[in-house]
Amino acid sequence: MGIDRRKFVKVASLASLGLVAGPPVKALANEVVKEAEHGCEGCQGDYLGAPRAVHPPKEAKRLAMVVDLKTCREHPDCTACIDACHLVHNVPDYPHPKDEIKWIWKEHFEHAFPEANHQFIEEHVKHSSGLLFCNHCDNPPCVKACPTGATWKREEDGVVMMDWHRCIGCRYCIAACPYGSRSFNFREPKKYFAEQGKKPQPDFPMRMRGVVEKCTFCDERLARGLWPSCVEACPYNCLTFGDLDNPDDPVRELLHHKFTIRRKPGLGTQPEVYYIV
Amino acid sequence: MSDRGKIVIGLIIFVLIFTLPMTYNMVAKNKAVGAPELEIPPEAGKECVRSTEYMRPFHMDLLNEWRDEVVRHNDRYIEGPDGAMIEKSLSNTCLDCHSNKENFCDRCHNYLAVYPYCWDCHTTPEETAQPELVVAQQPKEEN
Ligand code: HEC
Ligand code: HEC
Ligand code: HEC
Repeated sequence: MGIDRRKFVKVASLASLGLVAGPPVKALANEVVKEAEHGCEGCQGDYLGAPRAVHPPKEAKRLAMVVDLKTCREHPDCTACIDACHLVHNVPDYPHPKDEIKWIWKEHFEHAFPEANHQFIEEHVKHSSGLLFCNHCDNPPCVKACPTGATWKREEDGVVMMDWHRCIGCRYCIAACPYGSRSFNFREPKKYFAEQGKKPQPDFPMRMRGVVEKCTFCDERLARGLWPSCVEACPYNCLTFGDLDNPDDPVRELLHHKFTIRRKPGLGTQPEVYYIV
Repeated sequence: MSDRGKIVIGLIIFVLIFTLPMTYNMVAKNKAVGAPELEIPPEAGKECVRSTEYMRPFHMDLLNEWRDEVVRHNDRYIEGPDGAMIEKSLSNTCLDCHSNKENFCDRCHNYLAVYPYCWDCHTTPEETAQPELVVAQQPKEEN
């Protein structure tokens, strides 16, 4: 794979920054150069991964995700999961941060895990980022706040669902969620897509101004026997998705053998997204 | 003093204005607007998901039912008119057959002055991208 102009500019600017800022940043730049040379297939753009032979668990009782941040932070430029998710769900990429809609996003380690952070934390962890999305809490505060029943916890498998038809845009759920997992549509997404000359994907409806949206663990894909799009898209297999209720499930295996943390455990929301740090 | 003349003239003017719509129609020989002409593409086949007698007055109820079953009960498939499983989807099932939304749904709704807000979010075939990127979504038999 050749090196295109955007990648070249990125690498060149990072490398020049490395010259000025000294060894730590240089090491990071080297990583990126390595990646640019070898090419990270599908780190950006329309890459959706390949559908897998094995289907996600059908009769799952407690769906959960384990994120391998150790592997993830070796590829600071990779946004494959974010791009894939936002592509299939028609999530607009507004330029202004105040309009931002996010289903998955990257956040500085100290902001993602304020409890796990301290002054002298390992240098490479300190400068890494966490991969964040809706935690699908066992005890979701957003559900309690919603006055219309537009968001609820699905009894069968523990997904915190959204019913966009019932959302009245009061934003109580946004205030209630301690993880910032919910976004409000301040603008009309269809109009923005038209302005950008972008065509929406037909598999998932868009949203409209005045409703809240968030990740639903790809409930529409699970129903079709497909993995969540982020899981499928990750080129490094950082995301493991499965049923916590089944002792033989890969997620249970990982949780059993690796040390994991969750975001803000002290709040008692019981998040179902675990991080290997 | 008698205002009789003025009152009679006023009454005549009032009656003329009041009956203007009727007299205008009689003079201009306007006919009532006929029922809208609905186009159904030949690929759609002969039958709708339910009988036409049901669909005409109750399709909005069926759509509400589908919506709640899909979103709130994760129940996404139903037997179609020819016995095959179809997805309960507004954009991907109704508009698969009724692909000419302008000449079908819109034509009837405009005639009746109904404006469903579904299309603020749901997409039409013309709007969406080419299906290259679309992941396989064959309905599964077991579902
Ligand atoms: C398998 C293809 C197919 C699908 C799917 C389908 N339709 Fe139809 N629909 C038809 C056909 C064919 C007719 C005309 C039947 C006739 O001529 O009696 C029809 C008729 C109708 C009518 C009555 C039109 C009239 O003449 O008054 C309405 C309303 C309608 N469809 C709405 C819908 C809606 C809403 C959906 C989605 C829930 C839907 N259709 C899905 C094929 C389909
Ligand atoms: C034969 C005429 C006719 C056709 C064709 C038709 N509709 Fe309708 N539609 C109606 C009528 C009548 C109403 C009810 C208006 C009301 O109750 O105020 C309605 C209402 C609706 C509503 C509910 C709107 C609301 O505000 O509650 C939806 C949704 C809808 N139609 C979808 C469709 C779709 C999708 C199609 C095309 C596949 C379609 N309709 C085709 C006549 C039609
Ligand atoms: C605020 C945006 C929004 C509006 C407005 C909206 N929908 Fe939806 N609708 C969605 C989303 C998002 C989904 C997908 C939910 C999922 O799969 O989890 C959906 C799913 C559905 C489904 C089932 C799956 C599918 O693909 O169609 C039906 C049926 C449906 N809507 C009907 C309607 C009807 C009828 C209206 C208008 C009366 C409407 N919706 C208005 C956002 C909307």
